[in-house]
Amino acid sequence: MQAILEKYVSVSTDKVKNWVCAGPVDLYPDDGGKCFKYKGKQIAIFSFSRRNKWYACQNLCPHKFEMVLSRGMTGDAMGEPKVACPLHKANFSLETGKHLNGDLPSIATYPVEVRDGTVYIGMMD
Amino acid sequence: MKRKVVIIGNGMVGYKFCEKFIAAEHSSNFELVVYGEEPRPAYDRIHLSEFFSGSTEEDLSLAGREWYENNGITLHSNALVSGIDRKNKKISIYKGGEESYDYLVIATGSHPFVPPIPGVNKQGVFVYRTIEDLENIMSYGKRILAKGKREAAVLGGGLLGLEAAKALQDMGLKTHVIELAPRLMARQLDDEGGQLLLSSMESMGLQVHLSKMTSEIAGNGAITEIKFNDGTSLDVDMLLISAGIKPRDELAKDSGITVGPRGGILVDDTMKTSDDAVFAIGEVALYNEMIYGLAAPGYSMAEVAISQILGGDKRMVAEVDMSTKLKLMGVEVASFGDHFCEGVPHQSITYLNRYRGIYKRINVTEDGKKLLGGMLVGDSSEYNLLLQYVLNEMPLPEDPESLILPAGKDGGDAAGSLDILPDSAIICSCESVTKGEIINSVAEDDCSSVKEVCACTKAGTGCGGCKPLVTDLVADTLAKCGKEVSNHLCDHFAYERHELYDIVKVRGIKSFNEALDAIGKGDGCETCKPALASIFASIYNETANRQDTIQDTNDRFLANIQRNGSYSVVPRVPGGEITPDKLIVLGKVAKKYDLYTKITGGQRIDLFGARMEDLPLIWEDLIEAGFESGHAYGKALRTVKSCVGSTWCRYGMNESVSFAIMLEERYRGIRSPHKLKGGVSGCIRECAEARCKDFGVIATEDGWNLYIGGNGGANPKHAILFAEGLDDETCVRYIDRYLMFYIRTAKPLMRTAPWLEKLEGGVEYLREVIVDDKLGICDELDEQMEYMVGTYECEWKQAVEDPAIRSRFSHYVNSDEGDETMEFVSLRDQKMPAPWA
Ligand code: SRM
Ligand SMILES: Cc1cc2nc3c(=O)[nH]c(=O)nc-3n(C[C@H](O)[C@H](O)[C@H](O)COP(=O)(O)OP(=O)(O)OC[C@H]3O[C@@H](n4cnc5c(N)ncnc54)[C@H](O)[C@@H]3O)c2cc1C
Ligand code: SF4
Ligand code: FES
Repeated sequence: MQAILEKYVSVSTDKVKNWVCAGPVDLYPDDGGKCFKYKGKQIAIFSFSRRNKWYACQNLCPHKFEMVLSRGMTGDAMGEPKVACPLHKANFSLETGKHLNGDLPSIATYPVEVRDGTVYIGMMD
Repeated sequence: MKRKVVIIGNGMVGYKFCEKFIAAEHSSNFELVVYGEEPRPAYDRIHLSEFFSGSTEEDLSLAGREWYENNGITLHSNALVSGIDRKNKKISIYKGGEESYDYLVIATGSHPFVPPIPGVNKQGVFVYRTIEDLENIMSYGKRILAKGKREAAVLGGGLLGLEAAKALQDMGLKTHVIELAPRLMARQLDDEGGQLLLSSMESMGLQVHLSKMTSEIAGNGAITEIKFNDGTSLDVDMLLISAGIKPRDELAKDSGITVGPRGGILVDDTMKTSDDAVFAIGEVALYNEMIYGLAAPGYSMAEVAISQILGGDKRMVAEVDMSTKLKLMGVEVASFGDHFCEGVPHQSITYLNRYRGIYKRINVTEDGKKLLGGMLVGDSSEYNLLLQYVLNEMPLPEDPESLILPAGKDGGDAAGSLDILPDSAIICSCESVTKGEIINSVAEDDCSSVKEVCACTKAGTGCGGCKPLVTDLVADTLAKCGKEVSNHLCDHFAYERHELYDIVKVRGIKSFNEALDAIGKGDGCETCKPALASIFASIYNETANRQDTIQDTNDRFLANIQRNGSYSVVPRVPGGEITPDKLIVLGKVAKKYDLYTKITGGQRIDLFGARMEDLPLIWEDLIEAGFESGHAYGKALRTVKSCVGSTWCRYGMNESVSFAIMLEERYRGIRSPHKLKGGVSGCIRECAEARCKDFGVIATEDGWNLYIGGNGGANPKHAILFAEGLDDETCVRYIDRYLMFYIRTAKPLMRTAPWLEKLEGGVEYLREVIVDDKLGICDELDEQMEYMVGTYECEWKQAVEDPAIRSRFSHYVNSDEGDETMEFVSLRDQKMPAPWA
C-alpha cells in the first residue's frame, strides 16, 4: 500500500516539469470528473464548470485504497471546492487535497491548465 | 524551558487527558509525551463491539496520528513502558530508551481478569478488550464455523459479558452464558430485574447457566468442554472470559508507589499517587476504595489531574456517578444513582410488566421527596430524566410513580420537564456538559442544530446516551430564542425537501444549476445533488441519464458500486417470475463477463463484479434478451415480491403473481425519497412477506387487504392495515395515491415506515387524504401517477443506445483498458473482491 501511496505527490505550479496533454475539454463532463492515465498513475481530473475551474488529484481514495475518486461528486464545503468519494463519502478539498470530514491523509493534487480547448496537467515526471 | 508531562497509556482516558490538556489555559508551557503499548492511537473501546458489525479501525479511532502531531504531542505507539525511576524522574521503555519527566501520568487502564481455572490457556479461550482480541475472536469463530462447529460460551453474565455474547451470536454461533451469581448483571440489577432480563435473553436464543462455578476447561490443545463444580459440563468450541477487570498497576507497584490491597494505584481527590509528581487516572486508579470501570469517571479524573498540574485546584467529587444505560440484544437496561440502596433507608416503587418485558424500580427517600436511584429493564426511555432528578437532587413530584408509569393521557413529556432542571444539571455525563452550556451554545454561540451543539460542547460524543435529551433541549432553546429549528437540506439550500419539491414544481425549475442560481447558494454537495435529482425525477420522470453528475454514484453508473470499484448488475424479474430461457441468458451473460451470481433477497438474480467498461456490453446482451433495468441502484421501486398464489397453491385466494407483476411493471422506474418495495401474498399465510414492505397486498375471500409502511432492514416494522376487501382497481388507486403523497412530502432517504410514523394524524389522517380526499389533491396525485406510468423508459436502454452516454462508462479518458489495479480472488468456484487491507 505504501508503495502506491508514494507514487502520488502533490505538484505545485512552480514545480511543474512537464505540462501533459489530457485531451480536449469535452471529454470531461460538466461538474464532474474522469480518470486520466499517465506513466502508471491514475489522475482524476475534474471540470468544475460552475466556477469555470479545473482540478486534478490522485484517483486513489486513501480510505480503502480504491481507484474511484474520479467517479465522485463535486461540490463545496463552506466555499471550499471538494470531491466526495463514491464509496463512503470521504470529502477532499480539490484545492489542498485535505480530508475535510475526518483525518485521513491528504490526497495529492496537481495543477491544471486549459489552452485552446485542451486540458493539460502539471507533472514532475 | 517547557516542562514535560509524560503519559503512560494511550487508551480512552489517556487520550482524553491530552485532548483536555491542550485545550486548557496555560498548557502551552508544557510538553506532552505519550507512550502507548497498543500499535495504534487510542480508540473508542466503548463501541468496540461495533467492530463485529462492520465498524473499522478508523471508525473507532478517537484521533489520528496527525492530530497528535498538529497539537505538538509526541506519541509513541507500540511502546510498552517497563519501569519508573522515581528518584531520577525517568521511565524506561521495554524496547529500549528512557524518557525523563517533570510530571508522570499513569493511565494504563486494566486487564480483563482471568480466573485461575485449570485449562484457561487452551486454544479457543479469549478475552474481550482490544481490537486485536476482537480480530482473534472473529477469525477463530469463522474457523470453527467452517468446521461445522457452533457452540460458544461467555464466562460472566455482566454488562460486558452479555455484550460479548451478542457479538458471538451475531457471528452465527450458538451462545451460552455462564454466570457465577444467581442472576444476570448482578451488579446493576436486583432479582426481579435480573429475572426479567434472563427471560428476554433466553427468548432470543441465549442459553444462560446461573450459579455455575467453573472447575476446568478441558480439551486436547483446544477447548472442547467446560466442567463445573456441581459435576455438570458443557460442550463448547470457544470461550470468552469476561469476569471483571484487574487494574494494570504493576509499574507503580514495582517502583514503590502505594497500591491497594486488591490492586489499583491509590490516589487522593487530586489524583496524586503517593509520589507527588506521579498521577494515576482512569481504570488503573483506586479512588474511594473503588476502581471505576467506566469512561466518564476517568474523564473527570483527567480533568482533575490537569488542573493540579497547571496550578489549579480542581478536586474529584466524593460520590462518583456510576449510572449506565445500554442496549443488550435490543433490550434496554439502565441503572442510575444508588440503585440497590443497601443499608440506606428508602422506599422502592416498582412497575413490572412481564408480558412486555418491562421492569422499573425507583428508590425514593422515606419522606418521598428525593430520588436516590433505580434501575430500568426493557424500557429506559425515562433514564435521562430520572438521572437528572438524582444528580441534581431535584424535588420529586407529589406522585413519584408517575415518573415510571407508562405514558398515559397525561404522561410527562421530556421537553416539558426540561424546564425544572437547573442550569448546572449535567446533561452529558461522559463529557460533563451542563444544561447551561448547551443553552449558551445555542443562545450565544449561534449553534443551530444538534450536530453543531455537539461539535461545540462535545455533549453526546461519548456513549451517546444523552442525545435524546440534547435534541429536546436544543429544539426547546431554539424555539425560546425565536430561532427556527433548522431542517434545511444542507448549507446550499435553506429549505426542506417537500418545500423544494413544491418550489421546483411551481417555478418549473429544470436543472440543478438553475435551482442553485434561483434558490440556493454555492456549488452544491453530495446531500443536495441527489435530493434534487430525486425531485426532478419525481416531477418530470426524467431518468438518471439526463443530469448524471448530480446523481448518487450508483445512479450515475446505473449499477451498484462494490467494495473494489466494480459494479453489480440486477435485471428486473417482475414478481420473481422468470422463464427458463431467460434464466439461461443470465447464466450465459454471467459466464461471458466472468460475474459472480447470487439469488437476492428480492427474488431475482444479482450479477456481481462487472468492470465499469463492461456494463454497456453486458446490458446490450441483456436488453437483447428482453431484460430491463431492475433499478437496484436507485432510490426507486425495487421488487414486488410474490408468492406462487392461487395458480398453483392449494390455499391461494387470488393470483398473487399476476397482481405482483402488474404492480411491479406499473411502478418500475419511479424515483422516490428512498427505495420502495412491495409484496403480494395469495393468502394470510403470507409467504411473500408483504407486511414488511412499503406496500403489501394480501388476498382474502373478500378481496385484497392493503398494508402500508412496512420495513425490513435496520428498523423492522410491520406494515399497517390501510383498507380491506378491495377490488384490483381500488387497490391500485390507493397505492398510487399513497406513493405519490409519500414522494412529495418525505425527507430525503426516509423510508415509508418512519414517514408514516412522523405523519401527524398517522394512518387515519392518511385515509382521510387518500380515501376521502380531505385535502382535495387526489386528482392531482392520480394525474401525476398516470404521467409517471405513461412516460416510463428503461434507462439502460437509453444508455446503450446513446454513444455519448456509453462513454461515461470508460474508466480512463485516454485508454480503453479498465482499471488494472482491481483485484479479485476466488471463492467457492466463483470470484470475489480481494479483501480490504
Ligand atoms: C443484493 C441484496 C442482498 C442479497 O444478496 O439478497 C441487497 C444488497 C444491498 N442492499 Fe439490501 N439487498 C437486498 C435485499 C434487501 C432486503 C430484502 C427484501 O427486499 O425483501 C432488505 C430488507 C427489506 C427492506 O428494505 O425493508 C434490504 C435492506 C437494505 C437496507 C436497509 C433499508 C432500511 O430501510 O433500513 C439497505 C441500506 C439502505 O438502503 O440505506 C440496503 C442496501 C443494500 C445495498 C444497496 C448496499 C449498497 O448501497 O451497496 C446492497 C447492494 C448490493 C449490490 O451491489 O447489488 N438493503 N435489502 C438484495 C437485493 C434485492 C433485489 O433484488 O433488489
Ligand atoms: C467491550 C467494552 C465495552 C465497554 N463499554 C463501556 C460503556 O458502555 N460505557 C463506559 O463508560 N465504559 C465502557 N467500557 C469501559 C471503558 O472502555 C473503560 O472504562 C475505559 O477504556 C478506561 O480507559 P483507560 O484509559 O483507563 O484504560 P484503557 O482504555 O484500557 O487504556 C489503557 C491503555 O494503556 C496501555 N498500557 C497499559 N500498560 C502500559 C504500559 N506499561 N506501557 C504503555 N502502555 C500501557 C494499554 O495498552 C491501553 O491501551 C467498555 C469496555 C469494553 C472493553
Ligand atoms: S401465501 Fe397462501 S397462496 Fe401463497 S404460497 Fe402461501 S399458502 Fe399459498
Ligand atoms: S474508499 Fe473512499 S471513502 Fe471509503
